[in-house]
Amino acid sequence: MTAASLVPLPVVLPLLGAGVALALGRWAHAQRAVSVVALSASVAIAAILLVSADSQGPLVVWIGGWPEPLGISLVADRLSALMLLVSATVTLAVLVYSLGQGVADGTRDTPLSIYHPTYLVLSAGVANAFLAGDLFNLFVGFEVLLAASYVLMTLTGTGERIRAGTTYVVVSLLSSLLFLTAIALVYAATGTVNLAQLSGRLADLPDGVSLILQLLLLTTFSIKAAVFPLSAWLPDSYPTAPAPVTAVFAGLLTKVGVYAIIRTQTLLFPDSPLTDLLMWAALLTMIVGILGAVAQSEIKRMLSFTLVSHIGYMVFGVALATTAGLAGAIFYVVHHITIQTTLFLVAGLVERRGGSTSLNRLGGLATASPILGVLFFVPAMNLGGIPPFSGFLGKAGLLQAGVAADRPLAYLLVAGGVVTSLLTLYAVAKAWNLAFWRAAPAEILEPAGTAPRGSADEPGPPPATPVALPAAMVAPTAGLVLVGVALSVVAGPLFGVADRAAVDLRERSPYVESVLPGGVP
Amino acid sequence: MTANLALVLTASVLVAAGVYLVLERSLTRVLIGIILISNGVNIAFLVAGGPAGGAPIVGVTEPARMSDSLPQAMVLTAIVITLGITAFLLAMAYRSWQLTGHDEVQDDVEDAAIRRLAVADAESRSYDDGDDDERAPMPEARP
Repeated sequence: MTAASLVPLPVVLPLLGAGVALALGRWAHAQRAVSVVALSASVAIAAILLVSADSQGPLVVWIGGWPEPLGISLVADRLSALMLLVSATVTLAVLVYSLGQGVADGTRDTPLSIYHPTYLVLSAGVANAFLAGDLFNLFVGFEVLLAASYVLMTLTGTGERIRAGTTYVVVSLLSSLLFLTAIALVYAATGTVNLAQLSGRLADLPDGVSLILQLLLLTTFSIKAAVFPLSAWLPDSYPTAPAPVTAVFAGLLTKVGVYAIIRTQTLLFPDSPLTDLLMWAALLTMIVGILGAVAQSEIKRMLSFTLVSHIGYMVFGVALATTAGLAGAIFYVVHHITIQTTLFLVAGLVERRGGSTSLNRLGGLATASPILGVLFFVPAMNLGGIPPFSGFLGKAGLLQAGVAADRPLAYLLVAGGVVTSLLTLYAVAKAWNLAFWRAAPAEILEPAGTAPRGSADEPGPPPATPVALPAAMVAPTAGLVLVGVALSVVAGPLFGVADRAAVDLRERSPYVESVLPGGVP
Repeated sequence: MTANLALVLTASVLVAAGVYLVLERSLTRVLIGIILISNGVNIAFLVAGGPAGGAPIVGVTEPARMSDSLPQAMVLTAIVITLGITAFLLAMAYRSWQLTGHDEVQDDVEDAAIRRLAVADAESRSYDDGDDDERAPMPEARP
C-alpha cells in the first residue's frame, strides 16, 4: 500500500462516518464516538499525506481505476495536503468543543441526531474541495460543504437564524450557479475540466476568451472567500449560528475559496496574474473590513469583520504572483484558519460565562475567569500581529514580499497592511478593555446566581444567565490556542513547506506531470 | 463548433427572467428566480457539449455521430444538487412564514443597531467616558 492510496480517505471516512452517525441517531454516545474517530483518522491521514507529498511530490489517485485523463482525479500536492492537515485539526478541535457544549447543555440546544452527520459531511466537502483534481469535482466539493453549511447555519430554525440563513443560502446559491456557468464555458472552450489538462489547453485560447473564464472563476471564488466588494453577506450571517458552527465556518469556508483562487490563478492562468485588479481588491478588503470591525460592539460580529479584513492579506499574497508572495499567503492561510477559529470558540465561552457577547453588557471577565482572559488574550494578540506570534510572522512575510515586488501599488498595499494590522490590534484591544478589563457588572462575578440584568427599556430578549465554564469546552479551546502558539515555534519548517509549495505552484510542472505522467493529451 | 441558437436564446431568456425575480424581496420569488437561472445554466451546459448526436453507446452509434455524454452527466449532477437545495429553500420559506407571517427577506437588525448607536454616540454627553448607560441599547443577536 502506498501513500497515494490514502488520498481518498479524508473524503470517504467522514462521509462513511456521517452515514453511520445518522443510523446511530438514537444512541448519542455511539454517534459521538463515530464522529471523533472519523475526524481523528482524517487528521492522521492528512499528516501522512503532507509528509509524503513533501518528500515524494504530488500524490494522485484516479477514482475507479479509469485510465487517465478520463476518470476523476484526486491530487494531494504540498498545498492541498497542508490545507487538509490544518483544516482536519481545526475541525476535530471544534467537534470536541461542541461535544463539551452539548454535554454541558444537556443537548438542549443542539439536536444531536442531525448535528454530527451534517458536521461530518461538511468536513468531507472541505476535504474534497482541497483534493479535487478537476473543476467539476471542485464544484461538487463546494456544493457538499455548502449544503451541509446551510443546515448547520439554520440549526434549530429560530427566527434570527432563518433571517441570516436566507441571505447566506441565496448568495451561496448564486455563486454556485456562476461557478457552473464558468465550468460550462471552460468545457465549451477546451473540452475538458481536468485542471492539469486545462493548464495546457487554456494557454492556446484567444486572450479574450481566457480572460472571461478567469474573471468568472475569480468572481465565483471571491464570493466564497468574501473578498470585497463580494463580502457583505459574511458579517451578517456568521454571528447568528451556534458558536462551534461559526468557528468552523470562519476557519474553513472562506479559506476554501482562497485555496481555489490560489489554485486557479497559479495552475490555470499563470500568464495573466491580474495583479492590479487583485491588489485593489485586497486593499479594499483589508481596509473596509477592518473599519467595519472597529465600529462593532458585539464580539462575534467584530470577529466576522476581522475575518473579512484578513482575507485581504491572502489575496495580496496571491496578487503579487511571486514565490515569496504565494509562500506568505499560504503561511497566512494556515495561521488564520487556526486563530480565527480559536477566537470564535473563545467568543462562545465568553457568551457562556458573561451571558452575552455584546461589549455593552460585558465587563470584568479577567477577574471573574482568569483562564478565559488568557484564552482570549493570546489569540487576540496573535491576530493583531504582535511578535513573536504567527500573525506577526505571516504579515512580515507578506510585507517583505510586497516590498520585494518594488511597485508603487505594492508599497500602497504594504502601507494598507500595516494600517489594517494596527486597526485589528485596536479592535481586539477595545474588546479586551471592555469585556475583560473594566469593572464587572454584578451578575458576572457570581455565575448562575442572580437574575439577568435585562431592563425594561432594552429591546430584544434578556441576556442568558451567565454560567461557569465546563472543562470540556475550555480544553479544546486551550488546545487550539496552543496550536496557534506552536505555529510560531514551528514557523521555520512551516515557512519551508509553504515556500516549497509556492515553488511547485509557480513551476506547475510537478503538478501536471504527476497527474498526467504520459504528457498532456 | 457550431452552437444551437435556439438553445442559447432559451438559456439567456431563462437567466434574464431569473435575475429579475432574484431581485424581489419575497423568498418564494427569489426561489423561482434561482430555479430559472439554474435551468438556464444547465441549458448553456448542454450547448457547451456540442451538437446533438446519437446515444453514446458502443455498437449502437458510430463514434463520429455520438453526442458528448460528459456535459450531460455534469448537468444531471447539477440538477440533483439544485433539487435538494430548492427543497431546503422551500422549507426555509415555510419556516419564515410560520415565524413572521411572510417570507420577505429582512434587513440586517445589527446593521440598524450600529446606525442607531452612531447617532446616539454623536448626541451623547459622555461620548468618551465609556458609560454604557448613556448609549442606545443594543438588541442582542440571540439570548
